[in-house]
Amino acid sequence: MKTTDTPPPADPKTDAAGRIPGQRVGEQDAPDSGKSISGSTLNVFSHGVLIIWAIMVVLPLLWAVMTSFKDDNSILSTPWALPDKLHFENWSRAWSSAHMSEYFLNTIIVVGFSLVGTLVLGSMAAYVLARFEFPGNRFIYFLFVGGMSFPIMLALVPLFYVMNNMQLLNTIPGLILAYIAYSLPFTVFFLTSFFRTLPSSIAEAAFVDGASHTRTFFQIMLPMAKPGLISVGIFNFLGQWNQYMLPTVLFNGDKKVLAQGLVELATSQGYKGDYSGLFAGLVMAMLPILAAYIIFQRQVVQGLTAGALK
Amino acid sequence: MQHGKYRFIVGFLVAPLALYAIFVIWPFIQSIYYSFTDWTGLSPDFKMVGFDNYTRLLHDDIFWKSLQHSVIFVVLLPLVTLSLALFFAFMLNVGGRRRKGAAVAGVRGSGFYKIAYFFPQVLSVTIVALLFRFIYNPSGGLLNSALDAIGLGSFQPQWLGDPTWALWAVMAVLVWSTVGFFVVLFSAGMASIPKDFYEAALLDGASRITTFFKITLPLLWDTIQSGWVYMGILALGAEAFSAVNIMTVGPGGPDYSTTVLPLYVYQSAFRDANAAYATTIGVALLIVTLLFAAIVMRLGRRDRLEY
Repeated sequence: MKTTDTPPPADPKTDAAGRIPGQRVGEQDAPDSGKSISGSTLNVFSHGVLIIWAIMVVLPLLWAVMTSFKDDNSILSTPWALPDKLHFENWSRAWSSAHMSEYFLNTIIVVGFSLVGTLVLGSMAAYVLARFEFPGNRFIYFLFVGGMSFPIMLALVPLFYVMNNMQLLNTIPGLILAYIAYSLPFTVFFLTSFFRTLPSSIAEAAFVDGASHTRTFFQIMLPMAKPGLISVGIFNFLGQWNQYMLPTVLFNGDKKVLAQGLVELATSQGYKGDYSGLFAGLVMAMLPILAAYIIFQRQVVQGLTAGALK
Repeated sequence: MQHGKYRFIVGFLVAPLALYAIFVIWPFIQSIYYSFTDWTGLSPDFKMVGFDNYTRLLHDDIFWKSLQHSVIFVVLLPLVTLSLALFFAFMLNVGGRRRKGAAVAGVRGSGFYKIAYFFPQVLSVTIVALLFRFIYNPSGGLLNSALDAIGLGSFQPQWLGDPTWALWAVMAVLVWSTVGFFVVLFSAGMASIPKDFYEAALLDGASRITTFFKITLPLLWDTIQSGWVYMGILALGAEAFSAVNIMTVGPGGPDYSTTVLPLYVYQSAFRDANAAYATTIGVALLIVTLLFAAIVMRLGRRDRLEY
């Protein structure tokens, strides 16, 4: 019975005392409905555990925001205390002299082009693989999909030298191409199964009416695939925006994307002790994404979980 | 739909496939080839050395240490993360006070919990790692000051600087940042299980804990399994690399206590100028990854339940 080995009881947060009462009472009153002690005990326990984790998740984030408004001395001496006054100068210092503005701009450029490229190329490949029979179809599909499970670090070593030879190392176009290439496996996998679910009658009708394959794709199929494109677009946007490994290896010159810039800031500022500036930078990078998540919460969750539910 | 079909197929496949082949497939093949050479990466000259790199690997203590850490990651990270997530998701979905007629009910405010738990998932591992570097800071960090405040002032490890704690500290951060995603994923799975199943089981006198093991878990098995693979790849790949590289001293220290395989590949190639040896470690990493996937698939194979 493998089932019994894996699940939660092993987890340190569940203490036996908390669970047994819930279980016992649950047994007794199962048949009747309405208010009962069982629900209450379990309910209090559930809320307790859930609130503790919620605090553990939210507190560090709130702490970062609070700390970004403090001065250096109080950051180290009284980490839990509220700021004496709001030190907005931390933010302006991070934005201009710590180059946060520049890192943001680089990231927007790289992710903007990569995302469009990933979606266009990914959907083209996926469309062909999903809807046409031809020799080698399966092989190409598995070639793409296999990339999902390979350790990227293995390929990055030779890729560094490939890029170096092509004069693409430390350039924005080089990084864009790498982002697209490494986003293709999941994108193709996801969109192939998505295109398979679309009704083929509409595409056939368009084709009979004289539309070319290309036109059918861009004018009929792509608009129909919009929900899939949005899901996979959000997934890729977050993945590319948050990318750290690829730029660390392939984009290691003067220019930097946000993730690298922040690490650089932490490493160099750490010695100078500009903790407040660093926290301001950190929060600056964090807030737009968190805000976007809160606004587009439903889409983000769907975008990220859609692939895993397949 | 025959007219111009092949021209269309080729036209649509050529760009994505070329990009993918040049930047992903070809480097993969090359790296296996390079693992049999003595290439440094600095000069274009190299010669074949057979299995020399692999022999060296077997006698390399740092390799064994990083392999051990990667294996700990790939076993424990999914186990802890998915268990916690299942536990929370179950609490969210059946921990609620009963409403009229319903056998099970979600807790009030489950929507709020799900939104909050998901926060770390949208943040980059970089931001999370940097944030925790400060939380773990021995003096003035959030964690040790909290320990101080609750009277545990004497127990204040150097977290990331102490070989006994560093690896676990990094792992805790990865758990922290991924649990929310799976809570949401499992909740969605649990919500789609028909309520009658629980009703019937509870009528028969089953406890809620029993319903979890006999109903929830088997019906979620597919999702758990893909989550397991996904977590494992994270634990062997980019996430583990980024977290260790950003958070720990060295990086990978102290005393290689947190070095994981992808970090060791990176350091061998780009710090120690030993590209061929780096690809050899990479091949070992590939083998571990494939073994892991194969094991999960094998263990996870069971009859698919339809409902």
